[in-house]
Amino acid sequence: MMSIVAAEIPYWGQSLLRVLGGLVAVLLPAGTIVYLFLFKMMSFMQSRLGPMEAGPYGSMQLLAEVGKWLQKEDLAPDAADKPIFKMAPLVVLLSTFLLIVAIPFGPDAWFTNLQAGVFYALAVASVSVLGIVMAGWASANKYSLLGGLRAAGQLIAYELPMVLATLGVVMQAGTMNLQGIVVAQNSGSIFGIDWLGNPFVFTQIVGFLIFMIAVQAELTQPPFDMPIAESELVSGYMTEYSGFRFLIFFIAEFATAGVFAFFASVLFLGGWGVPFSWFGWETLDDVDNWMNLAGPVIMFTKMLVLTFIIMWVRFSYPRFREDQLQAFAWKVLIPLSLANIAVTAILKVAL
Amino acid sequence: MAKVPGLVKGLGVTFGTLMRTVKNGADTVQYPREKESPPTRARGVIGLREDNCTSCMLCVRSCPDWCIYIEGHKQLAPPRRAGGKPRQVNHLDRFDIDYALCMYCGICVDVCPFDALFWSPEYEYSEPKIADLLHDKDKLGEWMETVPEAPELEAGAK
Repeated sequence: MMSIVAAEIPYWGQSLLRVLGGLVAVLLPAGTIVYLFLFKMMSFMQSRLGPMEAGPYGSMQLLAEVGKWLQKEDLAPDAADKPIFKMAPLVVLLSTFLLIVAIPFGPDAWFTNLQAGVFYALAVASVSVLGIVMAGWASANKYSLLGGLRAAGQLIAYELPMVLATLGVVMQAGTMNLQGIVVAQNSGSIFGIDWLGNPFVFTQIVGFLIFMIAVQAELTQPPFDMPIAESELVSGYMTEYSGFRFLIFFIAEFATAGVFAFFASVLFLGGWGVPFSWFGWETLDDVDNWMNLAGPVIMFTKMLVLTFIIMWVRFSYPRFREDQLQAFAWKVLIPLSLANIAVTAILKVAL
Repeated sequence: MAKVPGLVKGLGVTFGTLMRTVKNGADTVQYPREKESPPTRARGVIGLREDNCTSCMLCVRSCPDWCIYIEGHKQLAPPRRAGGKPRQVNHLDRFDIDYALCMYCGICVDVCPFDALFWSPEYEYSEPKIADLLHDKDKLGEWMETVPEAPELEAGAK
């Protein structure tokens, strides 16, 4: 039974809260990432101020941009496969919403508590490839098609190291349930020292690095932005999109960045929890109800830290060439993650 | 692995710039509110000193995109010395530069043998209507006020 601050909530209330929470959990990170990192941090890294006119320090810029995009005409090329063309951005955004469903934000503040949460999250994360290939193919534009094919190749190539990096965490936690992984990290201890719990970022540092690199590629952020390489493919699979369909692609890109950062903070940084030894908790049932309110805040902070790293890397590095990109995934990341799994398995059995 | 130090250094450059911008402010200015003055020899707009123009048409003919329009007529001017013959001079009726066409090459300024055309660093003269970019000789004369003083000649120069 879900309860926030000791008050019992009826089933319809829980459902309503979860739907609203899902919307907030997708759109709030997207807005924050775009304003804080894309507008401001990128500008500051280039020694300029970024948007300053709309609202104080340009904070309303995002609303202005959304208003601009909504006014624009919803164009589709004559030769486009129109239903597919129109559906594609929604499929991409859908995968973001499906992904947030698996993420826990507190002891009771979850959307669904799947036993195989990691498996589900990794499965729905790759739905966005479908949307991108649909967009590339249905646009009837050779640049879009090339971008879509590159995206397909890249996303499939980097899906593997991501899954394999996650496996190390699953093996160490002994569960695929994301709540279980959070509890395993916060109730754990490093060599008997338990005031920090045992966030897997320490024991699975290789897995964490591989996971973050793979996330960078999954989000098609530079230096892995070959699919939308604007200097050669105009804008890749997004070339023919305008108005609110482009807006949906845009939101999906940054919302997915936020949701992947949530996912990474659950897997590696201890998720919503604080080390249980601070308050003398033993299991999930001992956790106090106020964690349902503190949990989302902790998750949001960790998400901001991780997206800061994603965006920092994005603004710092030039783009990989297509062959380098594939070689990096298949020749470096996948062998490394396989070795990581082997080492984790040996240590798990030995210790 | 050999590339790792370079990659870290790259992250350091962007983060260093971020911190510097937070601390010292940006290198850019917020244009309509603050302005940077362009260098004195910047090619902003061309000013016309009408008195010096003899409507010789050299600038018109040298203009690569034909954006200068001159019309004139000959008229008699009073003689320079008492008892002399009235002089025939070219009177300038129209001197227009179409800044919608001008590509700021400066050939007209260079080619003018009578020092009638000058570069001014003034740059804020965009117009809502493209036809308003055709500056007539009155407007070109007004730009003369923004032309910076010519630098002192070197010693010995004639």
